Amino acid sequence: MKEIFTILVSAILVDNFVLSKFLGCCPFLGVSKKMDSALGMSGAVIFVMGLASAATWPIQTYLLTPLKLDYMGTIVFILIIAALVQLVETIMKKYLPALHRALGIYLPLITTNCAVLGVTLLNIESQYTFIQAVVNGIGAGIGFMVALVLFAGVRRKLESCDIPKSFQGLPITLVAASLVSLSFMGFAGLAENMFK
Amino acid sequence: MKKQGKLQYLTNGLLKENPVLRLVLGTCPTLAVTTLAVNGIGMGLSATVVLICSNLVISLLRNFIPKQVRIPAYITIIAGFVTIVQLFIKAFFPDIDSALGIFLPLIVVNCIILGRAEMFASKHGPIESVLDGVGMGLGFTVVLFIMASIREIIGSGTWMGIVLTADAITPMGILKMAPGGFFVFGCLMALANWLSDRKRGKPAVSTAGCAGGCAGCAGCAQHAEGADAEAPQNDHPHVEKGEDK
Repeated sequence: MKEIFTILVSAILVDNFVLSKFLGCCPFLGVSKKMDSALGMSGAVIFVMGLASAATWPIQTYLLTPLKLDYMGTIVFILIIAALVQLVETIMKKYLPALHRALGIYLPLITTNCAVLGVTLLNIESQYTFIQAVVNGIGAGIGFMVALVLFAGVRRKLESCDIPKSFQGLPITLVAASLVSLSFMGFAGLAENMFK
Repeated sequence: MKKQGKLQYLTNGLLKENPVLRLVLGTCPTLAVTTLAVNGIGMGLSATVVLICSNLVISLLRNFIPKQVRIPAYITIIAGFVTIVQLFIKAFFPDIDSALGIFLPLIVVNCIILGRAEMFASKHGPIESVLDGVGMGLGFTVVLFIMASIREIIGSGTWMGIVLTADAITPMGILKMAPGGFFVFGCLMALANWLSDRKRGKPAVSTAGCAGGCAGCAGCAQHAEGADAEAPQNDHPHVEKGEDK
């Protein structure tokens, strides 16, 4: 239990996927312009990351490793993620139309979100158990949401600033991201020392 | 798009439509692996090889892949080549493999490669596509190399493993960490904007290119916001300039 909590906290704060591992930067820069879209996108990401972790772990453990097909991992995982995203979208459209309207346009984009493939590969690399893998997936998703929502607030402030011409648009956004990421470095060591 | 010589497909990716600084694709590996100049080159060249191969195969198969399933088909082709490159690097350059770590398999979801497949290779013949792949790949590599050099020289006082200033000046370690990556990338992009502003005589991107450029700038994620039908005002200054002409 302690271990799981440590994984969760470190995935959300200490090793934040976007701000310290640089996974999922494209949607981070792209969708953080408005609070609504930031929430929608990260909601979809949490959902898919948890599911993808749960789906890829058994396949790696019971299929690829016994058959010595480890090197096919990347291809298999990306196909699983693509299929999963499609499946989730179809099911959601049928049974949860309200949620589908809210998350709909973000779902297809998740296939190419490197954070999702990244978390499944990291789960295998870190040799997590099934529960740890799922917790890590959900934690990474929540971390993505924290980063996105915080940064949407920062960008709103940026809009009213007088920015030098060359820095307008993405450059100043990246510099602001650098500051947000700097503040997240303050969480370093939090997870290890939490239970002392 | 205007009629272009074959050579222009090649130079397009290097300057006018540089994938990282102009189209803003593939930001994740750009930020993550550029702590050492060697890693920048390794990542850039791996992505280039994958890009050339996938562009070639996709443009050859472009008439056979049904439109509805094209994205999964492209991803499968790309993932195949990524696995080949990954095994090759594991076998011959184990140092680079451990330095790039998870970002080597993540070339699969690098938006540059899928972006070029969708925007270019699916509409052009094999020769043009290969040239485009070479140009885009080299443009990516050059930017990675420059950025990694800046971060390595200031962040650890070395360059390509050669000690430069590390003994005389204490290196600013922060540049090797995550915040430094965002910061240097932001500054480089501002520099690119400034340089293209000064060359106003030549429009940075042809008007037809703008459409592609915008789709590219929108990157893997901004399509979502495109649905809001709100053109980002400040994100793409070069686009507005192109239209002024």
